[in-house]
Amino acid sequence: MPSRKSDDGGKAKAAAQARPKLWLDAPAGEVPAAMRQRILYNMKLTREVDDRIERKLYRQGKILGGVYTGRGQEAISVAFTCALGERDFIIPSHRDMGVYVARGMSLYRIFAQYLGRRDGPARGKDGNMHMGDLRLGLVSFVSMLADSVPLVAGAAMAFKFRKEPRVAITFGGEGATSRGDWHEGINLASVQQAPAIFVINNNQYAYSTPAREQFNCEALAARGVAYGIPGYRVDGNDPDAVFRTAREVVERARSGGGPSLVECVTARMTGHSAHDDPSHYVPKEFFEEWEKRDPIEHYTQRLLDEKVITPAWLEEQELEIKKAVDLAVTQAEACPYPEPEECLTDVYYDPTRPVVNQ
Amino acid sequence: MAAITFLEAIRQAMQEEMRRDERVLLMGEDVAKYGGAFKVTQGMFEEFGPERVVNMPIAESAIVGAAIGMSMNGMLPIVEMQFIDFITCAFDQITSYAAKSRYRWGVGVPIVIRGPSSGNVHGGPFHSANPEMYFVHTPGLKVVEPATVYDAKGLLKAAIRDPDPVLYLEPKYLYRRIKDEIPADDYVVPIGKGVVRKQGKDVTVATYGNMLYVALESAQQLERDGISLEVIDLRSLLPFDEDMVMTSVKKTGRLILLHEDTLTGGLGGEIAARVADQAFLYLEAPIKRVTAPDTPVPFAPPLEEFFLPKSSDVNRVARELMAF
Repeated sequence: MPSRKSDDGGKAKAAAQARPKLWLDAPAGEVPAAMRQRILYNMKLTREVDDRIERKLYRQGKILGGVYTGRGQEAISVAFTCALGERDFIIPSHRDMGVYVARGMSLYRIFAQYLGRRDGPARGKDGNMHMGDLRLGLVSFVSMLADSVPLVAGAAMAFKFRKEPRVAITFGGEGATSRGDWHEGINLASVQQAPAIFVINNNQYAYSTPAREQFNCEALAARGVAYGIPGYRVDGNDPDAVFRTAREVVERARSGGGPSLVECVTARMTGHSAHDDPSHYVPKEFFEEWEKRDPIEHYTQRLLDEKVITPAWLEEQELEIKKAVDLAVTQAEACPYPEPEECLTDVYYDPTRPVVNQ
Repeated sequence: MAAITFLEAIRQAMQEEMRRDERVLLMGEDVAKYGGAFKVTQGMFEEFGPERVVNMPIAESAIVGAAIGMSMNGMLPIVEMQFIDFITCAFDQITSYAAKSRYRWGVGVPIVIRGPSSGNVHGGPFHSANPEMYFVHTPGLKVVEPATVYDAKGLLKAAIRDPDPVLYLEPKYLYRRIKDEIPADDYVVPIGKGVVRKQGKDVTVATYGNMLYVALESAQQLERDGISLEVIDLRSLLPFDEDMVMTSVKKTGRLILLHEDTLTGGLGGEIAARVADQAFLYLEAPIKRVTAPDTPVPFAPPLEEFFLPKSSDVNRVARELMAF
């Protein structure tokens, strides 16, 4: 096999350095102390909810079906959600518990959903992260990744046509960027200069397939150039950097500046799902390296060092989080399952049925 | 009042609904200034402007997906497929997002997807499709196909006002071939209701789309031999008018299911199963299907002519049933 090592006296390297950079870095700026506290609190709450689902309820056999968590990626969903306004439109993906938590969906409803109970947003008709409530601006996404991208383009077009200062945003993994709908949707949003934001949680694995087997470009953010929109590449484990970027792209969209693409580089610190053992395909060193960059531990330390929070604040919040999650789980376990005949309802509009989630 | 074409009836329905309700908008390929590949939307851009008659990139999945996203924000989008064949590119958006949304989380997707369907215009395998059964097999969708000028307008209005996703198929062969006078007043044709186009006593022919005219032609020809066909125009395929079919079969005792769509997995099979289940003792003869063969729609005129069901096919089968 011929060596791919360059033997041209460094010409290739020099050429690469001379090439204009195809993406933007996270913008500089301050994040207000209250916002940083809010982000940390919501990241910790998200982790507690995910842990309770994956490490307790699932292992106790109380949750059937797949369980996918965003362990290690909480900064992305939480910091972005904290940068949004009340009337914005959000389609999360399957590792974005942070969106639901930061958006204020009740923990009771979240656990009821995972347990298949009637008070979950899907009323037992769909499971896990497929939770939607338009009153919170949240759409229940489908499992076909990237299908949400055109929806967000369309929602953003509606806001633009009606001159409403709202933005539409969707999250997805780097795996979703290989789907045609991803390209179609971003292209459409750019053509229409619609207030849309496309976030990539690049956690480097699509199920077991590493990024290098999924795409052959230097950075996914560079694709922004091809669509004629700004593309950012940020450290997805740095909540401040994610928030500053989110703030900038939300402001751009809201003020008529059109869509943006944001690639957040992070790591999936679990298997694909609770039943998947990643040790077969993820090198040990990968986990060791990224464990050191855990977004919550790092951010906690940073905020303590910068005196944004105190140890007492931290202790109080942790206690409150645990209490809230305990209570929600207890209540959700007491919530009944839907009646079997509910299988037949809501396929079509029925004026006698209650209006839900809108 | 002057007679209008099938195509003009479709345009009128959209124009009137867009005047009546500002949430209604139209999106598709070449639908704006150009007026659409078949000129169905001609003049609409001039009346409603670029934010209500929206030219889209050639990306059917994005067009339907965007319509779904709009519908979740209070809009009532109509999507034009340039040819209904291209709807396969949007299959996932329709079957995964649009069809299941109300069931999964209570939020309906009030969109209409319409476009030129069926053959007899030498369109070949990619411009003559009858894609209805992919979607009739998808709970959560509604599927309609008008065959008259009156229904073209009334069914499209019903589809636009429907709170669920509706697929509206337009037999393009009829676009400029049929003309009729229709009421000036606002009316809708309810989804799910068929219509008896010709009363008869010997054999029921249940059909839809282009094949309505084959059935009527057959009825006329057989009349001379003393065989009386009752012709049902289903108009709605999902849901279809089960009561109307049962009532007719209980009267005639014989049933032919006629469609331009292919045999296996066609709507005829589903109706036959239900009739066998609910009206078995009324049957004087086996239930028969007259359909296209299980092939793609071919291009060359002799091939397409062979492919399309004809009145001679219906006549032969009706005679067989009478002789049974």
